[in-house]
Amino acid sequence: MANYYNDIKEIKFELENSPLMERIVELKECGYADKDQYEEAPQDFADAMDSYDKVLDIVGDIVANVVAPNAEEVDAEGPHCENGRVRYASKTYENLEAMNHAGLNGMTMPRRYGGLNLPVTVYTAANEIVSTGDAGFENIWSLQDCIETLYCFGNEEQRQKYIPRVCKGETMSMDLTEPDAGSDLQSVMLKATFDEENNCWRLNGSKRFITNGDSDIHLVLARSEAGTRDGRGLSMFIYDKRDGGVDVRRIENKLGIHGSPTCELVYKNAKCELCGDRKLGLIKYVMSLMNGARLGIAAQSVGLSQAAYNEAVAYAADRKQFGKAIIEFPAVAEMIANIKARLDAGRALLYQTARYVDIYKALEDISRERKLDAEERAELKQYSRLADAFTPLAKGMNSEYANQNAYDCIQVHGGSGFMLEYACQRIYRDARITSIYEGTTQLQTVAAIRYVTNGFYAQVIEDYEKLPVAPEFEGLKARVKAMAEKFNACTAAVKEADSQEMLDLCARHLYEMVANVIMSYLLMQNATKAPELFAQSLSDYVRLAEAEVEKHNSWLSSTLQV
Amino acid sequence: MSLKIVVLAKQVPDTRNVGPDAMTPEGTVNRSALPAIFNPEDLNALEQALRLKDQFPGTTVNVITMGPGRAAEVIREAMFRGADGGYLLTDRAFAGADTLATSYALATAIQHACPDVDLIIGGRQAIDGDTAQVGPQVAEKLGLNQITYTEEILSLEDGKITVKRHIDGGVETVESSLPCVLTVNGSAAPCRPRNVKRVMKFKRCLAPMELPQGTDYANLPYASEYEKKPYLKIGQLTCADINADLQQCGLAGSPTKVKNVENIVFKAKESKVLTGSDEDINALVQELLASHTIG
Repeated sequence: MANYYNDIKEIKFELENSPLMERIVELKECGYADKDQYEEAPQDFADAMDSYDKVLDIVGDIVANVVAPNAEEVDAEGPHCENGRVRYASKTYENLEAMNHAGLNGMTMPRRYGGLNLPVTVYTAANEIVSTGDAGFENIWSLQDCIETLYCFGNEEQRQKYIPRVCKGETMSMDLTEPDAGSDLQSVMLKATFDEENNCWRLNGSKRFITNGDSDIHLVLARSEAGTRDGRGLSMFIYDKRDGGVDVRRIENKLGIHGSPTCELVYKNAKCELCGDRKLGLIKYVMSLMNGARLGIAAQSVGLSQAAYNEAVAYAADRKQFGKAIIEFPAVAEMIANIKARLDAGRALLYQTARYVDIYKALEDISRERKLDAEERAELKQYSRLADAFTPLAKGMNSEYANQNAYDCIQVHGGSGFMLEYACQRIYRDARITSIYEGTTQLQTVAAIRYVTNGFYAQVIEDYEKLPVAPEFEGLKARVKAMAEKFNACTAAVKEADSQEMLDLCARHLYEMVANVIMSYLLMQNATKAPELFAQSLSDYVRLAEAEVEKHNSWLSSTLQV
Repeated sequence: MSLKIVVLAKQVPDTRNVGPDAMTPEGTVNRSALPAIFNPEDLNALEQALRLKDQFPGTTVNVITMGPGRAAEVIREAMFRGADGGYLLTDRAFAGADTLATSYALATAIQHACPDVDLIIGGRQAIDGDTAQVGPQVAEKLGLNQITYTEEILSLEDGKITVKRHIDGGVETVESSLPCVLTVNGSAAPCRPRNVKRVMKFKRCLAPMELPQGTDYANLPYASEYEKKPYLKIGQLTCADINADLQQCGLAGSPTKVKNVENIVFKAKESKVLTGSDEDINALVQELLASHTIG
C-alpha cells in the first residue's frame, strides 16, 4: 500500500543521519524522564527514533490513502461561508477525522498537556508529507503549531486551558493581517480595550486574509495602547470561539490552496484574554509565531516540490512520443533532474534548519524550568542564531524552488499539463502562495541580510568546509569553495559601497548566493553518507548552483560599477 | 452500560495485488510472495466494535485470531487502532483447519476466554478463502443469533441490537437480542487509522509464540518493561488451554478435502462483425433471445 513516508527514502535519511539528532532527542526528552510516568514515552534514544519512525509511518499512510485521494475533490469544492461560519469542503472533514483518530495533534507539546512531545524536526517531516498529499489541507492541520507561541508566552492557566484542547484536535489560526497591514504589521489597528466591568479584554474591528479564520482558538494581534501608531502599541490576545463575538464576513476566492479557507473576520466586542505582556505582541510574540510558521511554509514547499517531482516522473515515464517515453529525451530528463536537485538541496536545508530550531527551542524550554549552565547558555545562543539565520533561507529558497519545480512539472506534461485534469495544475496553483505568505521572499531577504553583512553565514560556510567529504566529491567541493569565494568577494564589494540603498538592492542576490553555497555543502554531506540517494542530485545541483552564483556575481559586478 | 466485545480477525495474504509468483507450481498460495495483511473486512468489523466502545465507555474489545506466531501482528494492529487486547489461538493441532474446524476452535476459545461476551463481530469473509462460513458457524456452535452482511449498527439498548444489513438491491433493518454474532460487509465504514500514542505504547507487544526459539520475555531488549507492563504480553491460547477436542481441530476436524487445483485461463471467444443493416440487427436480436440473454 502506498505510504508517503516509506516511499520517500530521503525523508527518513534526513531524520536519521544527523549527528545533532541524539542531542535533540536528549534535550527534548530531558534525559528520558517521562518514561516512568507516560506509557508512550521513550526509554532511550533508539526507542525514541523508533517511535518517530512509526509516527511518520502513520502520517504517510493517512496522507497516501485519505488526504491525497481527497485532494482533487477538496480543491474543486472548496470551503463555504454560511451565516458567519466556515463550512469546509466535505472531504476536508474526512481528512481531519483521520488525523484526529490518529492523534496527530499537539505534535510538539509536552506530554503533561496531552501532547506527543515530538521534536520540531519530526513535526516538520509530518508537515512535508501532508503537503505532498494536499498543500491546502496542510495549512489547516499545521496551524496547530500556533500553540507553540501560547505555550511559550501564555501563563500556566492558559496553557492548561488551551493546549489539551489543541492536542485533542481543535484548530487554530493567527489573526494578524488587516487591509492596511500586510507586510507592515506595525500598522495593525484592530482595537483591544479593557472592559473594567467584566474584567476582560474586548476586540473590535476587522482582519483580512486569515487562514482558517473560523478556527476554535485564535491568536490575535491587536492595538491595546490607544493613541499609539507603531508596533510598540500592539499586544497578543487569545480569542476562544466558544465565547463568540467573531464572525466570518466572507471567504476569499483564491488561485490555489482552495482547501484552506482564507477569511475576512469581524470582531464585535469579542471577549479575549491577553497572552503574555502588553506591548510585546508584535516585537516578541509575532516574531516567534512567524519563525515557526516560516519553517512550516518551508516544509509545505518541500512537500509541493516532492509532489511536482512525483507527477513529472510518472508522466514522463508513461507518455510516449516519437516511439519512446519522453523521459528518455535529454531535454525532458534535464527538467526532471533539476527538479530532483532542487528538491534534495532544499530538503537538506529544511531539515538542517529544523534541527537548529529544535536544539534552541528545547534549551529555551529547559531554561523555563531551571537555570542553564554556562555551556548550555552558549549552546542556546549559538543555535538560536543559527535558527534565526537559516529560517529565512529555508523558507525563501524552498518556496521559490517549489514554484520553479511546479512550473517545470507542467512543462514536462506539455499541453496536458495546461488542462485541468492533471494534478500538476493544482500543485502549480498551490505552490504560488508559498513565496508570498508568512513574509514574501523579499522579506525573507530582509531577515537574512544581517547575517550576510555581519559575516555569520561566512563563518557557517567555513565550518561546513572543514567537514570531510567522500574522495569522489573533492572536485565538486573545490567548485563549491570557489562559489563561496565569489560570495565573500561580492559581500565585501557591496559593503564597501557603504550605501543602505545599494545593500537593499543587492540583498536578494547575496542571499541566493549564500543559500546556493550552503545547500551545496549540506547535500554534499548527505551524498557522502548515502551516495546511492544523493550523488546524482549533488552533481546536478552544484552545476545549477554554480551557474546561479555566476549569474549573481555578474549582476552584482555590473551594478556596483555603475 | 458497558459491553464485552470479541472481534474475530484473520491474517491473510494480500490477494488484491497478485503478481506472477503468487501461486506455487503445486497450485497453493505462495505466502512469501504476498505480504500478510489484516483481512480487510475484519477491519470493517473492528471499526464497528470501536464505535460501540466510543459510545459506551468501559466497553472492552478483544481480538481473537487463529494462526502461527506472526499472526499476532493482527492483534497488535487492532490494539494500535483501539482494541484493548486479544488472544492468539495457536497450536500445531490447529494446522490445516477448514472453516468447520476453525469455527470450532474459535467458538471454544471464546467460551473459555470470554464466556460472558455480549457481541462477537467478524468480517463477512476472508480474501484468501472467500467462504463467509466462519462467522455463521461460530454463531451456530455457540447457539447465538447471527446477523450477516452488517453495514451499520443503528442502535444498541435494553439488550437489543438494531442493525442495517446489506442485501441484494437494498438494505434490511433487523433486530436481535444479545449476545449475538455479526459479520460485517466491506461496504461498512472503513476502520480508523492507527493512533500514534497507542502505537508508541503497544509497539513492543509480543505473543509468546513470536519470541525467538528458547528465549523468554526476560531475554528481550527492554525486558523490564514486560514485567512492569503486563499488557505488553499478548494472550496466547493453545489447544490444551481451551480444552479443545483434538478430533475436531485442524486437519482431523476438517471434512473439506481439496481434490484438485486448476489454473483457469480466460480466453476471448472469436468475435463477430456486424454491420448496421436491419438484417444484421434482427439476426442479433434473434440470437440473444434464443440464448435468453435478453427477453
